[in-house]
Amino acid sequence: MDTTNISAIIDKYNGEASALIQILLDIQNDLHWLPREALELVSERLGVPMSRIQHTATFYKAFSLVPKGRHEINVCVGTACHVRGANRVLEVVQNITGIQPGETDADLKFSLETVNCLGCCALGPVMEIDEQHLGKLAPAMAADLLKGYQ
Amino acid sequence: MSKLNSPADLEHLREEILAGRDPDKVCITLCSGTACNATGSGKVAAAIHEEFEKQGLNGSVEFRKTGCHGFCEKGPNMVISPEEISYIQVTPKDVPEIIAKTVKEKKVVERLLYKDPATGEKATHEFEIPFYKHQQRSVLANNVKLDPKNLNDYLAVGGYSAMVKAFDMGPEAVIAEVKKANLRGRGGGGFPAGIKWEAARNALGDRKYVIVNCDEGDPGAYMDRSLMEGNPFGVLEGLIIGAYAIGASEGYIYVRQEYPLAVENVLSAIRLAEERGLLGKNILGSGFDFSIEVHRGAGAFICGEETALLASLEGRAGEPRARPPFPATRGLWGKPTNINNVETWANVPLIVNNGADWFAGMGTKGSKGTKIFSLVGKVNNTGLVEVPMGVTLRDIIYKVGGGIPKNKKFKAVQTGGPAGGCIPEEHLDIQVDFDELTKFGAIMGSGGMIVMDEDTCMVDVARYFLNFLSGESCGKCSPCREGIKQMHRILTDITEGRGKEGDIELLEEICLSTRASLCALGRSAANPVLSTLRYFRHEYEAHIHNKRCPAFVCKKLISYYIDPEQCQACLICFRKCTSGAISGGKDKIHIIDQAVCNRCGTCFEVCPTRFGAAMRLSGDPVPAAIPEEARILIRETKSEKESKAT
Amino acid sequence: MSEIRLKIDGKEVTVEAGKTILDAARKAGIDIPTVCHHEKLESFGGCRLCTVEAESGGRTNLVAACIYPAANDLVVWTRSPQIDKIRKVLTEQLLAYAPESEVLKAIAEDYHADKDRFPKEPSFCILCGLCVRYCAEVKKKNVVGFLDRGPCREINFIPELAAVECWDCKECFPLCPTSALQAAFVLTEALISLSPSLQKIDTRAKTASA
Ligand SMILES: Cc1cc2nc3c(=O)[nH]c(=O)nc-3n(C[C@H](O)[C@H](O)[C@H](O)COP(=O)(O)O)c2cc1C
Ligand code: SF4
Ligand code: FES
Repeated sequence: MDTTNISAIIDKYNGEASALIQILLDIQNDLHWLPREALELVSERLGVPMSRIQHTATFYKAFSLVPKGRHEINVCVGTACHVRGANRVLEVVQNITGIQPGETDADLKFSLETVNCLGCCALGPVMEIDEQHLGKLAPAMAADLLKGYQ
Repeated sequence: MSKLNSPADLEHLREEILAGRDPDKVCITLCSGTACNATGSGKVAAAIHEEFEKQGLNGSVEFRKTGCHGFCEKGPNMVISPEEISYIQVTPKDVPEIIAKTVKEKKVVERLLYKDPATGEKATHEFEIPFYKHQQRSVLANNVKLDPKNLNDYLAVGGYSAMVKAFDMGPEAVIAEVKKANLRGRGGGGFPAGIKWEAARNALGDRKYVIVNCDEGDPGAYMDRSLMEGNPFGVLEGLIIGAYAIGASEGYIYVRQEYPLAVENVLSAIRLAEERGLLGKNILGSGFDFSIEVHRGAGAFICGEETALLASLEGRAGEPRARPPFPATRGLWGKPTNINNVETWANVPLIVNNGADWFAGMGTKGSKGTKIFSLVGKVNNTGLVEVPMGVTLRDIIYKVGGGIPKNKKFKAVQTGGPAGGCIPEEHLDIQVDFDELTKFGAIMGSGGMIVMDEDTCMVDVARYFLNFLSGESCGKCSPCREGIKQMHRILTDITEGRGKEGDIELLEEICLSTRASLCALGRSAANPVLSTLRYFRHEYEAHIHNKRCPAFVCKKLISYYIDPEQCQACLICFRKCTSGAISGGKDKIHIIDQAVCNRCGTCFEVCPTRFGAAMRLSGDPVPAAIPEEARILIRETKSEKESKAT
Repeated sequence: MSEIRLKIDGKEVTVEAGKTILDAARKAGIDIPTVCHHEKLESFGGCRLCTVEAESGGRTNLVAACIYPAANDLVVWTRSPQIDKIRKVLTEQLLAYAPESEVLKAIAEDYHADKDRFPKEPSFCILCGLCVRYCAEVKKKNVVGFLDRGPCREINFIPELAAVECWDCKECFPLCPTSALQAAFVLTEALISLSPSLQKIDTRAKTASA
């Protein structure tokens, strides 16, 4: 594994232990997951025990300890979307992708997450695929949309 | 960009900016908040640039991309000054016409105006649209006036004048003013900001911190996001004033990384302020030094709780700790720290500029000023609403919100986020006020307001919030971790038909035990259960005793069924079914295979109302399928139909 | 050193400043149940079995005695119908993990807690954090830590550190209120993950890293 990027990220924060979460966020954004080697390097450079790094990396939802799929689906299950039927959309998405929230399929095609409000409540139910917002969904429409991804 | 070294420099710059601005020049303002972006405001902006290029309008017409206007339901929103003509749901296709007609000929494009669904009347200006007419916008007022990336826009509307005034008043007088205004925290607790500031000011410590809480994890609320995205300058100015009053030299902005635009805009606002000397050493020659850092939250609702937020700022998992000691005496790195919500900070420059009396002139006895709500759910006009405290829930939902869509019946409004409560129809005339809402089992919270209609199951709502909380509890203390888990399990059982005698009583017992939790997340986790039990106990009972979901929401308790008498074998549901559960043909009455059906409800939605063949059942058994031979549909000929009709 | 005077269950008690309600109560011979508290460790406030009613300035709050600072004029009640009900349910919830725990059984007897009230849990750990905190605060090794949050929270040993540190130590085991079954299991698991020949049977390490 090439660790130059990770080192550069740590340097950007002067190797300060208090920046742990900011550093992990930057690594996550860069690699789309947090490989164990990266965590070990961070632990060593910041002087933060591995047990604390692991707690942090598993505590916050933004971090993933496994590689993500090519397409990241976020189904909004905020309250506004919930009362407008987000669950029915979510179930259809689960059926089609064959994965549960928090999972990635074996072909690394889709990763599915639920999120708690994308701030587009007016468009609920909403999902986000690869950072594109898809609003006013119905189960049948969500099913059609997913078919367009490779 | 030159640094400003004194208040006089700032005023001089302001005059220069204003002199360079022609109030009669045409300006197109386009909402570019997150919701409007999702409905295509980016494409509209591109079309405007293209059209400007084509028509050679660059320079003669201004174009400004602003933060959220609030009427997200009808986005993308556009306003054209100086006439302030307001267009809704603008698409790139509309742009050439807008420019040819409105910009060049000052004519209105009728079809882009808002039309009141009740009266059919069209509104040319935002202030005539009922959604805006019944609001009172002070904190949100500048959102429509400025480009969040342009400091000059903020200076043009009087930006940073409150900071200068505060430097003149001195720290004690600023605190006295905030206390007199009785500004209560907008983040949920409603604690008086002035008193908290005073405690932090009086606390011993060589170093003090101020923090903006923009974690906004409340699902279904986005007030703080819109302020941060639309007018980060106002929040910064409030923070600088607070830091000055408290004697803090460093500030942090804690903003969730799920809000990339808010992060981007506040970082840019900080940079612009630094370049101008409005942040940094010796601000405007006052001798006051102050710097700000942005910290992105990594996805944990609990980090909105102030002690968890501090743990997270220090680079640890966001676990709350016991108070006392309060952050005012022992906060970040053990130093005195003052944390306020985004909206609280954004109110500060207004109070300093207009005075405590102006602020206290709005609202009720115990709750002053205005409050921003995110009005969402089953309501016609979804969006951000700013109203004076004391307005009734009914006015917000019906006058501003335009009532419930599709003529459905109102059931409840949920306020205060996951720890809040549901208020039913009979109490809709209560005023929004910190203490009043609490009395009725809800809370003000940070301003989420979710409207629910007759199609909402209140047991499912309680289950939903407990599910949310169970994923967001930090797990440190057992009443919260175990209590929420058990309540969620029992509620799931009830909604899935496994409810049993004694469940309600057990829930009530657990509700009590969660009050022993360490932080307010656990301590208020029972609220969704308690408030739905208080007003909708009969729904719990229907689920438990009759295995019936009165709102037809709980999947395990409902079935979809096609009435063979009504089915016209039109194939619509057959084609749309998401699980392939419907069998049928062109002349063959459709039947749902109950074993395959996933209860997504698509058939019920698509079945033409004139047939009304797809039905929902709950609490009643599904009638047996009709025999194969009876499924052939013999259609009436046209003449037969007519003779029947006569 | 300044003295603090407070009232516990109607009794006047004095303690040094900086002590907690629990310290004050123990000094006065008043019993408050605790699970996650330990003299050698910093107060944690996790199990909340030490919850008491504390009255000051006209307001009564439920607070954790093990962590709430004793203060002048505080009026504390260590038993009340409300507190008893709370302790009962909290004990029952923890018994779902560790029905054999002596500590919990003793509390259960005092509060008539039913060990079968809640469905059995597939873990013996009640997450009191004694092992985690002991390893960090006293041994300063940080071999065992928490993972995840909410109902998914669990304890976890760092394999590479455990292989070096745990053989001669295991001092955290006797602190465990549930006889360290889960800790032993998780520790073994961590060690297995380092051993290529034993990894085959380690199904969990795979799912844990997945
Ligand atoms: C579980 C939980 C979540 C919270 N989330 C937020 C939040 O997202 N934003 C916020 O401003 N306050 C939040 N609070 C309230 C903060 O703890 C704190 O009271 C507030 O930031 C103080 O600011 P204010 O006095 O201006 O409201 C939360 C509290 C709890 C218990
Ligand atoms: S109440 Fe919940 S969120 Fe708060 S400390 Fe306890 S477990 Fe954590
Ligand atoms: S002993 Fe006080 S919380 Fe556990």
